[in-house]
Amino acid sequence: MSDIILETRGLTKRYGGVHALEDANFTLRRGEHIAVVGDNGAGKSTFVRQITAVEQRTAGEVFFDGQAVNFAGPLEARESGIETVFQNLALADDLDVPSNLYLGREIIKFNLGPFSILDRKAMRVATQKALDTTAVRIPNLSNPIRNMSGGQRQCVAIARAAAFASKLIIMDEPTAALGVQETGQVENIIRGLKARGVPLILISHNLRQVFDLVDRIVVFRRGRIVASLRREETDGNDIVSYITGVKGGEGARA
Amino acid sequence: MAEAARPTPVSDERVKQMSGMRRALIRPELGGIVGTIAVFAFFLIFAADSGMFNIQGVLNWSIVSAQFMIIAVGACLLMIAGEFDLSVGSMIGFAGMSIAILTVTLGWPVWLAILLTFVLCIAIGALNGYIVVRTGLPSFIVTLAFLFILRGFTIFLPQLIERKTIIGGVSDAAAGDPVAWLFGGKILNGLFVWLGDAGVIAVFERGNNKGQPVVDGIPLLIVWAVALVIFGHILLTRTRFGNWIFASGGDAQAARYVGVPVNRVKILMFMFSAFCATVFATCQVMEFGSAGADRGLLKEFEAIIAVVIGGALLTGGYGSVIGAALGALIFGVVQQGLFFAGVESSLFRVFLGVILLGAVVLNTYIRRLITGER
Ligand SMILES: Nc1ncnc2c1ncn2[C@@H]1O[C@H](COP(=O)(O)OP(=O)(O)OP(=O)(O)O)[C@@H](O)[C@H]1O
Ligand SMILES: [Mg+2]
Repeated sequence: MSDIILETRGLTKRYGGVHALEDANFTLRRGEHIAVVGDNGAGKSTFVRQITAVEQRTAGEVFFDGQAVNFAGPLEARESGIETVFQNLALADDLDVPSNLYLGREIIKFNLGPFSILDRKAMRVATQKALDTTAVRIPNLSNPIRNMSGGQRQCVAIARAAAFASKLIIMDEPTAALGVQETGQVENIIRGLKARGVPLILISHNLRQVFDLVDRIVVFRRGRIVASLRREETDGNDIVSYITGVKGGEGARA
Repeated sequence: MAEAARPTPVSDERVKQMSGMRRALIRPELGGIVGTIAVFAFFLIFAADSGMFNIQGVLNWSIVSAQFMIIAVGACLLMIAGEFDLSVGSMIGFAGMSIAILTVTLGWPVWLAILLTFVLCIAIGALNGYIVVRTGLPSFIVTLAFLFILRGFTIFLPQLIERKTIIGGVSDAAAGDPVAWLFGGKILNGLFVWLGDAGVIAVFERGNNKGQPVVDGIPLLIVWAVALVIFGHILLTRTRFGNWIFASGGDAQAARYVGVPVNRVKILMFMFSAFCATVFATCQVMEFGSAGADRGLLKEFEAIIAVVIGGALLTGGYGSVIGAALGALIFGVVQQGLFFAGVESSLFRVFLGVILLGAVVLNTYIRRLITGER
């Protein structure tokens, strides 16, 4: 079995004339935690959307778990073991916490296709368990998500990903809306994933956090990967100069 | 690397448990419940002895309410899924005309005409939905186009074929047809005869029907309405598909990101809306024995009003089938109640507007109570 869980070769995405992602070559080893950093609009979220098949790529190849993959949609990516916390969180505002955790793969009492009756109790119990392991504070699980604070919503999205992740977890700015304490909790969840050996791609603008948590840092600039550095061989100033373009030509290999 | 710490969840002292009573009250259909009580109270006080609440009167407004309910269920699920169907009224006219032309002009058996009409109308609903999800245009525009297209055909075709705008004679063709009975028949005839004999309900005093009860059964129209409401309610609140409807209407992109087949959900809801319109049309044709080019006029708005009175949000993602059914009930009771009370019938629209406004203000207020802000 190969040591590599995820690899992209020449991954490219264009939106009409906008070259959001150009020729991204990226590898992630089993158990490895990688941070993706870069300025706003550098193409980080675009990269995530290609891997998770939320969008279909313009060109390039994706290998996951030793095979070339062409997921038809996000559900296929999830079913093969990739869980994602999207930057927009992807929560359904008017559903409660258990329904959100299980959206798209609900626990059912018996199978009648779309008319399958939900097993709300089982979903509730499992949700409580998932939230307990992440130490996320949600006062009332049966409230719709709409009524929750930005941080609580973010915690639900993270708990969902952490609970289901089996082979890879991707977090796009998971602590963007969080306070100090909640950020600490999310960082603990990430450490828990490391201990469990679940590989992670963490997108973050917080360099302190990045240096605290990951093994390797990949820098995106203007749709290209310009650096891929082990944590030990770099520092904050170095990364910043790659982000801003002081260092690093176009097209460095990851 | 640090040990994965597992901090215990801290309970938040700012969160007060809401009382069960309050939680039970704060729900989308509260506006509909209050409205229903208010409307019944009003007519019980001002029109109690008008005959509105004897068995014939009850049947009268029940039938009208059931008609509204049938289209409101379709409109409700579609609206929660984030879309509108403004072509419902024209679809009703079109479906009725299709049945009449197929049976009367072409001489097809009624069951076949009904079957083909259902297939045709559901296909048009699917086309509506397909255009909406493919182009990303607002369903308001797409279905507005079909409002005109279908109405145009409904007026043009009978004139082309029969040189008139009303096609009658469906009743004769429908006699003895089991599928026609499904839409135009009555059930529980025996029960009402027994009730009449027992003196519980009135019987005709003279004429051909002397001795027969004044109400001789429950029209299947009402059965359709109740069945559709129950089906819609269970679908929405108990099934996987119901969650997908809420998710698709609330934030389609978020739903797509987690793998909900949003386009499929929306197209299916357009088809269901068309199905409900066709049920309405078929019942109407069987009742009148004819189809008219102007049938179903403005029904799309009446359906939407019932749904909105029932607490659904025009923006999607929020609502209740039970609420929509209550909205339809309010509609039927007010329309027929004003008639029984001898009020000038044009005032119906005034009442309707007032109720709509009142219910929506109440619903907004309830939602603010739930969310605490917006
Ligand atoms: N659907 C789209 N259509 C057109 N352009 C797009 C689309 N999505 C993203 N872009 C463009 O692609 C570029 C990369 O966007 P992306 O969201 O990947 O940036 P990002 O690195 O995630 O930024 P941030 O840190 O702000 O989240 C931007 O210039 C953006 O405007
Ligand atoms: Mg982004």
